[in-house]
Amino acid sequence: MRDLVAALDPERVQVDDVARRLYSRDASVLRGGRAGVICFPVTTAEVSACVVAAVAHGRDFVARGAGTGLAGGAVPCDEPVMIVLTRMDRILEVDESRRLAWVEPGVVNLDLSRHLGGTGLHFAPDPSSQQSCTIGGNVANNSGGPHCLLYGVTSAHVLAVEVVLPDGEVVVLGNEEGDSVGYDLRGAFVGGEGTLGIATRICVRLTEDPPEVATLLLDFMSVGAAAETVSAIIAAGMIPAALEMMDQQVVEAVEPFVNAGYPTDAAAVLIVELDGQPAGVADEIRRIRELASTHGARSVRVAADEGERERIWKGRKSAFGAIAVIKPDYYLNDTVIPRTKLAEVVERIYEIVEEQDLIVMNVFHAGDGNLHPLLLFDAREEGVMERVLAAGEEIVRVSVDAGGVLSGEHGIGLEKKRFMSLQFSPADLEAQSRLRAAFDPDGRANPAKVLPSGASCGHVTSLGRLPEGTWV
Amino acid sequence: MTVGDGRMEAFRSEVGDSGAVCVRGGATRWGVGGGSAGAREVSAPVGIMALEPAEMTVMVGAGTTLTELAGELAVHGLEVGMDGPQGSTVGGALAVGRSALRRRRVGQIADVLLQADCVGADGVAFTAGGPTVKNVTGYDLCRLLVGSLGTLALVGRVILRTRPVPVCSVWLAGEVEPDLVLEATYRPASVLWDGARTSVLLEGHGADVDQMVETLARLGLVPAEAPVLAPGRGRWSGLLPDGGVLEVGSGVVHQPDDSGPPIVSEGVLNLAARMRASFDPSGRLNPGRDPYSRAA
Repeated sequence: MRDLVAALDPERVQVDDVARRLYSRDASVLRGGRAGVICFPVTTAEVSACVVAAVAHGRDFVARGAGTGLAGGAVPCDEPVMIVLTRMDRILEVDESRRLAWVEPGVVNLDLSRHLGGTGLHFAPDPSSQQSCTIGGNVANNSGGPHCLLYGVTSAHVLAVEVVLPDGEVVVLGNEEGDSVGYDLRGAFVGGEGTLGIATRICVRLTEDPPEVATLLLDFMSVGAAAETVSAIIAAGMIPAALEMMDQQVVEAVEPFVNAGYPTDAAAVLIVELDGQPAGVADEIRRIRELASTHGARSVRVAADEGERERIWKGRKSAFGAIAVIKPDYYLNDTVIPRTKLAEVVERIYEIVEEQDLIVMNVFHAGDGNLHPLLLFDAREEGVMERVLAAGEEIVRVSVDAGGVLSGEHGIGLEKKRFMSLQFSPADLEAQSRLRAAFDPDGRANPAKVLPSGASCGHVTSLGRLPEGTWV
Repeated sequence: MTVGDGRMEAFRSEVGDSGAVCVRGGATRWGVGGGSAGAREVSAPVGIMALEPAEMTVMVGAGTTLTELAGELAVHGLEVGMDGPQGSTVGGALAVGRSALRRRRVGQIADVLLQADCVGADGVAFTAGGPTVKNVTGYDLCRLLVGSLGTLALVGRVILRTRPVPVCSVWLAGEVEPDLVLEATYRPASVLWDGARTSVLLEGHGADVDQMVETLARLGLVPAEAPVLAPGRGRWSGLLPDGGVLEVGSGVVHQPDDSGPPIVSEGVLNLAARMRASFDPSGRLNPGRDPYSRAA
């Protein structure tokens, strides 16, 4: 504590109970974390000093951005030094001609794209929490978002990262040009969930705004028909900018809020966004109309103007707010399955939830097979938590059995590390631990996360509520 | 999880658990980062094992040539965002890790690899990544393998992301500054500059490409053959060497010879050395090669 105060200043080192409670959790349902001293560094040198002080005193350290993670990646286990990066929030440089920007990790995702307004450029990763999540957090989680279908997840948009390694050394991984020199240590670092070091400056790739954008709303009388249409679009060689599905439960819940004109009697709707140049977009609209009608779409609506586009998206983004009227609590899962298995797996999810006597709403990134089943419940009901967890586990199993993976964008954190062996063999996990050990031989950076072999964090088990305004 | 496949098991057994070993692909860039240094040579499985157009993925033996893969994918109107000299294999292109000339459109080579079935230095098979197009489960071993010249593990079989072949594509060239070309186009697939002339590859729907061709004609660009580039690689330092061509936006300079080692900090080299030792403590995988001894 004394070393940390000396390295920063007293105002930026906190240890009171209120702060420790606040920083003991993130946006996940996991409760029971225990934060130690909380530091708010403002420079790379200060981050390094925090790391060195923590390790010198035999403490672990956990880096944290806005705490919007949904897998417990920032939940502290045994009173580690918390290194909160939200005060490192400067956009350091924007190079429009080379289409890159250097930012500090605490810059909020949407703030960067707002800052770029008028340049014709934007930062492509658009996780649901983009109004509050930080770019440092996006790097840690290799975050996704609806438009990652075409543009790729965060890793494809990070050119270089300045990192404070777990021994306090500062290195720059990657370079402004993009192609790696030697090992792609930048690529290895992105998605490391804070277990490999702390990003203190990030060079991001900026994406050109497309000259033409079209948003389509398709509605279907069965989830199966909607899922088959998703596969048909991809199989026809089209990669929309975004391709999202909402089932009837979601549509019924959100329509009263947004008046987007969603057909509430449809079993499922698809939101398809196409972008690019005018002729290409027009051609894809035509082809999607054809595919939709052969696959049983009841209607295809193309948003006529920006206002209508925004309303269609607003409904998609309001799912979380709307469900509060149905049940007070919810647990969100995140798995990916082969796109061709969508209909079958979604059907199975309905059955699992039925068996556990819960309610599920499906609102997800259908284009890349990224499921987000949302289990609704009332935590006051006795024994409901066990049923929620059982359903969650079964959904993960069904996804992996279908040839899928544990997580598409939320990461493993604490939530899913016990499932890692469902997807990976001991040898697979051993190879992953070799990567981690090269960065952090002593296991000080955010231990007990990602790999099942890590230290335990057994007291973090209970479930709580997600914050208001979250969408998935 | 490694799917049972006789060819992978044969590859694993060929690699074994002792003695210096390297995988030989097409050997089109055999000297990159050093040489085999007398290590025992093994071959990766060959052939396309599963092509899933509706998933936009393909499972292929790492010993398959890029040409064979491209031919099979073309039947379905698909391609992978990789290139290499005639005779290059999938595994070789991944090991060398150079992004395609069309990277501005198809993305970096590291983004193409979804899953890799490997044999580690201990002779044990393991799988990196996963079969789906989106995946953040655990550490990103696939990215680490791309460009590692087979020094961390030997790759036998991979799942790659495919993408639709562009409907229309055309090269233009003219004596114009590259910045002007970038301003006048939307996501060109490649922009090359030799110090005087800019070459640009336009891709997309026919009418959109025609529109850009018209705009660029006013700047003095005319249709041209695809440029023939020198085999070596260097990195942009603000000056073009004789005969060099800059890939605008990537910092790669195509030039007659590979240039000297790029400047990498000691901290990065130390981390890289720890990485190599962590995966291959006895130094048996491609002992003659160093990913940091090459140009780009």
